[in-house]
Amino acid sequence: MLEIRNLHVKLEEEDKVILKGVNLALPDGEVHAIMGPNGSGKSTLSYVLAGREGYEVTEGEVLLDGENLLEMEPEERAAKGVFLAFQYPVEIPGVGNMTFLRTALNAQRKARGEPELSGAEFLRLVREKAKALEIDPEMLKRPVNVGFSGGEKKRNEILQMAVLEPKLAILDETDSGLDIDALRLVAEGVNALRAPDRSFLVITHYQRLLDYIVPDVVHIMADGRIIRTGDADLAREVEKTGYADILKELA
Amino acid sequence: MAEVHERDNPAEARLAAIRLPEEEAGWARAARAAALARLRRTGLPNQRDEYWRETDPSAFVAPEPVPAAPLVTDEPPVFDAIDRLKVVFVDGVFDPEASDPLALDHVEIERLADVLQADIHWARDLFGRLEETAHDPVPRPFAALNTAVAGDGIVIRVRGRAPKPISLIYLHRDDRSDAVLHHLVRIEPGAELTLLENGPAAARFNQLLEVEVAAGGSFHHVRAQGRDHERRAVTHLVGRVAEGGVLKSFTLTANGALSRNEYVVRLEGAEAVTHLAGAAVGDGAVHPFHHDDTIFVTHAAESCESRQVFKKVLRNGAVGVFQGKILVRSVAQKTDGYQLSQGLMLDGDSRFFAKPELEIYADDVKCSHGSTCGAIDEEQLFYLRARGVPRPEAENLLVLAFLAEALEEIEDPALADDIRARLEAWLRRRQG
Ligand SMILES: Nc1ncnc2c1ncn2[C@@H]1O[C@H](COP(=O)(O)OP(=O)(O)OP(=O)(O)O)[C@@H](O)[C@H]1O
Ligand SMILES: [Mg+2]
Repeated sequence: MLEIRNLHVKLEEEDKVILKGVNLALPDGEVHAIMGPNGSGKSTLSYVLAGREGYEVTEGEVLLDGENLLEMEPEERAAKGVFLAFQYPVEIPGVGNMTFLRTALNAQRKARGEPELSGAEFLRLVREKAKALEIDPEMLKRPVNVGFSGGEKKRNEILQMAVLEPKLAILDETDSGLDIDALRLVAEGVNALRAPDRSFLVITHYQRLLDYIVPDVVHIMADGRIIRTGDADLAREVEKTGYADILKELA
Repeated sequence: MAEVHERDNPAEARLAAIRLPEEEAGWARAARAAALARLRRTGLPNQRDEYWRETDPSAFVAPEPVPAAPLVTDEPPVFDAIDRLKVVFVDGVFDPEASDPLALDHVEIERLADVLQADIHWARDLFGRLEETAHDPVPRPFAALNTAVAGDGIVIRVRGRAPKPISLIYLHRDDRSDAVLHHLVRIEPGAELTLLENGPAAARFNQLLEVEVAAGGSFHHVRAQGRDHERRAVTHLVGRVAEGGVLKSFTLTANGALSRNEYVVRLEGAEAVTHLAGAAVGDGAVHPFHHDDTIFVTHAAESCESRQVFKKVLRNGAVGVFQGKILVRSVAQKTDGYQLSQGLMLDGDSRFFAKPELEIYADDVKCSHGSTCGAIDEEQLFYLRARGVPRPEAENLLVLAFLAEALEEIEDPALADDIRARLEAWLRRRQG
């Protein structure tokens, strides 16, 4: 269970307030979508949950299964099961994709007191997951995200999610940049992971993704707040009419 | 009068104290005398000299070395698992007991001390002869000093494909040792050799390697400089490469109060190739670390290729210096020259100085050079941590990624893996 309570966040370096009291409860086993205009703070929320530096929490708290998430280092959060599929996956020249993923998986397992996977076990696991996502094994030999197309980077994020099997997966616009077939594959990848003890926070601009990954709850975020919460129909409404009506209602 | 003057000026005192070996063959004595004359002409350097501004040469100039304690470690030395012919020097003196017999198919291996006694020897055309050509336009006084006084070294002539690498192992036992080693390598047409060097050699080490690569020959050099914290080393690789020949050198430097590695390579025949690379990692927390790569590559024939890839990882006041020049003579059309020097600063205390130079007199050339100095990329670091990799491990991964392009210059995978493992171990030992 993820609980975000009255979360206020500003930039560390400037006096810019981005999140202005976000409240959100995401029970285990559910999929929640967050939609909202550009610049409303969706990525900022996902970064704050993952533990990126540069933000200052001025008020509020975030609990994951009752534990204070905001006090943890990013790697501790990952070991607790937090996974962020980046809106803009980072390229790391000189670090091989496989080395990266194996180091990450074994670091998490070690932190949880689980045995590390051998090279052969890991290879088998990744090959299987990559196959399901139709990822070319050649791509895995390349450095992390280097020379990957936009869509390949997003698919690589989902591969990492499939291998790391997080408890809470935050997908930040994983659908943007994907072609129709890739979108279906990614959605299938997510649906395959849906489980009673796993929850998803899916940030998107498009209803189309939510046709494949049907959310239990849809939140609309604007200007650093959740301004409307509803069921899957809310996403359809927004798709049709845009945010203008909702924003007007609010004003 | 003269004595007072010498006492005030360590360089003068050092020069005045030089005694040339007397029991050698006439040609050797002539080469020594010529080197000493060169040295007297240029004098020993000080920090006013253009290429010594960022590196203080006084520890190399001083009559006595600064004492340096040998490193105590129970780790197996680098290249331990590599099948190789071992040639061991202890504090700069050849140790026949510890060495393998100097015999290898297609290769003649001799001790320099013996060679210099022989009235007739092919080494006559190489000893000090390449070094002599390395002073224009920049003097290399410590190379001339080396030719004048070097007491030992190894002399190698390769006539075919050497079946395994020759490995020079430099042990350091005496706190006050002052070693001067001079090696000669001649690769005959189409022949191939890999030369390995590792170890600190001495408290103070002056090493000179003269390498002549004939047409179609190939010389690979992989070196790991000793990890003794207080050791000081000045080294020169002077190479000449004929048509279609290859000279490649990689150096790993971890620790060392002072390392000055100079490379002077001339590509003299069409399609000759040289790749020079180095990875240096230094932490100045407990002991100073100062590393200097000074390179001069001359393209003197058509269609040659040169690459310089030098990377330095610095923290806690460590200092890295890169001075690299590519000179393209007017005859050297279709030159392909590349130079990269990069510093990765793990904190705000360290210092990286780069002086890249290109001097081009031909019009149809492709030359690129780049120099950067930066910190660990925060976005990359966060990406790794967000996937569960703890910060110190994530930093190490990024440091190795930074060094990767230099390590790629090691062609033999087993040697590359060995060097990479040393770097990983070094990084793990310093993991915060
Ligand atoms: N590091 C930063 N420096 C300056 N401004 C920032 C920074 N991070 C976020 N912002 C600003 O905060 C606001 C929220 O940005 P955020 O990226 O969270 O929006 P978003 O909802 O994800 O938008 P999009 O839908 O375009 O991805 C924007 O106005 C953005 O410009
Ligand atoms: Mg965003």
